[in-house]
Amino acid sequence: MAAESASGYIQHHLTNLTYGRLASGEWGFAHNALEAKQMGFWAFHVDTLGVSVILGVLFILLFRAAARRATSDRPGALQNLVEVMVEFVDGSVKDTFHGRNALIAPLALTIFVWVFLMNFMDLLPVDWLPKLIALVTGDPHVFSRVVPTTDPNATLGLALSVFALILFYSIKVKGIGGFLGELALHPFSSKNILVQIVLIPVNLLLELVTLIAKPISLALRLFGNLYAGELIFILIAIMFGGGLLLGALGVALQWAWAVFHILIIVLQAFIFMMLTIVYLSMAHEDNH
Amino acid sequence: MNINATLIGQSVAFFIFVLFCMKFVWPPVITALRERQKKIAEGLDAASRAARDLELAHEKVSQQLREAKAQAAELIEQAKKRATQIVDEARDQARVEADRVKAQAQAEIEQELNGVKDALRAQLGTLAVSGAEKILGASIDRSAHAELVEKLAAEI
Repeated sequence: MAAESASGYIQHHLTNLTYGRLASGEWGFAHNALEAKQMGFWAFHVDTLGVSVILGVLFILLFRAAARRATSDRPGALQNLVEVMVEFVDGSVKDTFHGRNALIAPLALTIFVWVFLMNFMDLLPVDWLPKLIALVTGDPHVFSRVVPTTDPNATLGLALSVFALILFYSIKVKGIGGFLGELALHPFSSKNILVQIVLIPVNLLLELVTLIAKPISLALRLFGNLYAGELIFILIAIMFGGGLLLGALGVALQWAWAVFHILIIVLQAFIFMMLTIVYLSMAHEDNH
Repeated sequence: MNINATLIGQSVAFFIFVLFCMKFVWPPVITALRERQKKIAEGLDAASRAARDLELAHEKVSQQLREAKAQAAELIEQAKKRATQIVDEARDQARVEADRVKAQAQAEIEQELNGVKDALRAQLGTLAVSGAEKILGASIDRSAHAELVEKLAAEI
């Protein structure tokens, strides 16, 4: 670290390992941010995808192991943990979502646990996984951004999936006409046809902004919180290289910020889950 | 901070996880939870039912005890009454018997007395005659004077 400048260190920690089509025309990893940018849309953040998929598989295997041995008698430790989660999510869904849809609760559980696990990577010391990856790949300068939720692609991917479900269920429940009517005829409506026609563009503008704001806010809220948190962790980590006094201060700050972040990561996972339930609940309501 | 195909990969992974969770994780866990809830509810129900049964049994027992006590008291009362009745009856019988015995004894005494009186009377007649003989110095013809003696004896 001593050889790198502070900004270089930050840069290194906040650049994704990008795989895509290089300027030369062949496929490979980008060696710097500029190269990654030039790859355009058809490129993949290998670190984001890798870590998130590993965590997702971990979630699935863990919960599947508990579900396979699920018994209505005395539960084991793992089943207990899983049951607490399931019961918590089930309660949240029942409180908010009043329709009948078998997808909502498992969806909410997946979002909550997966987002929590991805956020949890935040609490690992910032250099552990990158150093491990560097050791494994043998390249000390390999980029790796280990908290998937600090990558807007990850949060936007989740939010757009939720958005697709919102659209799907809106149209399924209300019909295309009902859904378009909801967009075009509210909040301003009039009995006079002419006035109504004038009001339609206004309504459309308002409702479309509201609609599109849902996934954007969902994605950016999670991304912003985690990105800022990770940035602070990195800044604190820089202090470790700044002598004994600064290092000691860094340790204290690191600890305090990590404790605070235990709250943040759970809260953000919960908010993401709760808003998803609320949005889907609104998509199922046909009372306009 | 590029937006790229990562988000598609993320979405695909997300849907796969959700579907897996919906098919293989959620149903068994939630079924187990519901079953346990039912079991616990049934257990609590059974416990409260048993408690109610116990209370009923307690009540029944105390009522039976009360009844038994009342019966016993009644029996004792009856027995006492009967005892006094028997004593009274015995007393009455004894009195009647005693009266009868007394009356009989009196009759006997009277009879004896009369006998004795008759005997005395007869003896007195004889004594009077012999006294008169002694006084007169001659014997009186018993048969001639029998009527007189009889009269005398009757006067005594």
